[in-house]
Amino acid sequence: MAAKITIRELTMAYGDLVVMHDLNFEIQEQDIFVIMGGSGCGKSTLLRHLIGLQEPAKGSILYGDEDFTATDPDERGAFMKRFGVMYQSGALWSSLTLGENISMPLEEAGKISAATVRDLVAYKLSLVGLSGYEDYYPSQISGGMKKRAGIARALALDPDILFLDEPGAGLDPLSSRRLDDLILGLRDSQGSTVVIVTHELASIFGIASTALFLDTATKTQGAIGNPNELRDHSDNPAVRLFLNRGDTPAPLQ
Amino acid sequence: MITASSSSPTAVWHQAGEAVTLEISGDWRCDGPAVKIEGTSPEHFSAHYQLDNLATYDSTLPAFLLAHFRTVKATDQEKPERPPLDGLPDNLRGLLELALAVPEESSAKPTNDSSSLLGRLGSRTLAVWGSIQALLDFTGQTVLSLIRLCTGRARFRASDFWMTLQQCGVEALPIVALISFLIGLILAFVGNVQLTNFGANLFVADLVGIAMVREMGVVMTAIIMSGRTGAAFAAHIGSMKANEEIDALRTFGFNPFDFLVLPRMLALVLMMPLLTVYANIIGIFGGMVVGSLVGITPELYWNETLKAVDMTNASLGVIKSVFFGVAIAASGCMMGMAAGNSSAAVGAATTRAVVAAITAVVVIDSAFAAIFTVLKI
Repeated sequence: MAAKITIRELTMAYGDLVVMHDLNFEIQEQDIFVIMGGSGCGKSTLLRHLIGLQEPAKGSILYGDEDFTATDPDERGAFMKRFGVMYQSGALWSSLTLGENISMPLEEAGKISAATVRDLVAYKLSLVGLSGYEDYYPSQISGGMKKRAGIARALALDPDILFLDEPGAGLDPLSSRRLDDLILGLRDSQGSTVVIVTHELASIFGIASTALFLDTATKTQGAIGNPNELRDHSDNPAVRLFLNRGDTPAPLQ
Repeated sequence: MITASSSSPTAVWHQAGEAVTLEISGDWRCDGPAVKIEGTSPEHFSAHYQLDNLATYDSTLPAFLLAHFRTVKATDQEKPERPPLDGLPDNLRGLLELALAVPEESSAKPTNDSSSLLGRLGSRTLAVWGSIQALLDFTGQTVLSLIRLCTGRARFRASDFWMTLQQCGVEALPIVALISFLIGLILAFVGNVQLTNFGANLFVADLVGIAMVREMGVVMTAIIMSGRTGAAFAAHIGSMKANEEIDALRTFGFNPFDFLVLPRMLALVLMMPLLTVYANIIGIFGGMVVGSLVGITPELYWNETLKAVDMTNASLGVIKSVFFGVAIAASGCMMGMAAGNSSAAVGAATTRAVVAAITAVVVIDSAFAAIFTVLKI
């Protein structure tokens, strides 16, 4: 069976400036796949490529057997509805309440009765621990709540694949931990595939089943595998340094 | 406060054969007197430090030493790896080691290609070409969006449309009324002074009426709306872009163009003619007030206005207002969509939107003036 997402020979660039070149990896069904690396190495750029907001300079991205990079705009729109995306800043629509933020994609998706939409909104908000916050505006809630509301909106259309851009950044350890538990719970109960961009080691070791390290020095992927194994046994010293917070990595056997 | 014990900071290079000793003394404080430098700075790293007379120091001393190391490193032919720090007090050495831990990245400084005149000319020309492309792209997208609207495939929130309609319609009434009233007043005062010389001050009504409906009503309304609504469109869309909200729309399959640009453009194009008619009426009323001060009864004034302002004249301003509406909404939305991803970029986009809108209004008005002259209307 084909992998959920296959990345082939992907090169990302802004004009002439190459961010990362020759990325090759697969994301399996029900994986919690972490994209990690130092600040500014192109993690978020890779995510934007995966969800079709940026065009690759070279290479292709396949979902199952379908080539996402070759789709025309109409097909791409349909494709994108299978994704749930939580952006770094939450990116809630600031002129709408939390409830409206979640109901707008639902109303767009098809003819759903107002009562059903209301119930769905309440359900999605309670999944992320925000029941009763339907009528709050994004500016009225805290940063951590915005992130959770962003996840609730990403879940609106019951996506196949959930993309999360730095979910734990700027959160206190407890909220960050709650968010990790939420992601694990969603994967287990909904069977979704989760792709996370992060550099929080606690989350990486806590929830990732596979991790991809983007190496700034070589501008390509450094290593891929289970983070706990990579920490001690990766043959790439940059990966071991990263996962050990710069402490002298254990010597290779 | 300079106490008796504080002395000015001094750095002296003592040359003794090959060896160079750097003697540092005094109080090195950023709020103290300026640093005195004596002797010539060596071309190689000096290996010896003399710090016996150093009293107190803050960041100025390590900053001075670091700058010295950088210049030596730049001029030294042998390119030594790191300067000698032995002989410095522990905490000073610690700070310098920290500062020197990561080598200076020469590629980290933004490159400046536009130092030469030709370089600047070239990059300006490319920028002009880029903005022409952006304008064409925006125009094309607008047409596609309108086609989708006509075939019923464009999707936007109706409440967004009504909200914009209110913002650029009803909420603009007070400011448009004030400005138009004053413009009518000014025209009447100026006209009255001149026309009284000919004993023809009744024609103030003609002057105010024709000037308002042909030019002043619509142009003043357009300029008010550029500053008010064009800027609001650019700021709103620009900050949505900075906050990734537009990306979020796209991932849910909404076309940001249909969703944000279309309702704003429709609302402004619908409201501009109405605001123009309103501005014309208020302006004529302003003239009437002046008229009654100089002895023209409102009834007489009104009849004279009706004689002067026919349907052709009255419709010219309204026709122009539709074009102005398109230009203002397009400037605002286009600059908002093209905004960068920071709060400063939102401010810049707003400025560009207002400048572009006012320029477009004046250019379009001139074009209409030429056309109307040729057509003799």
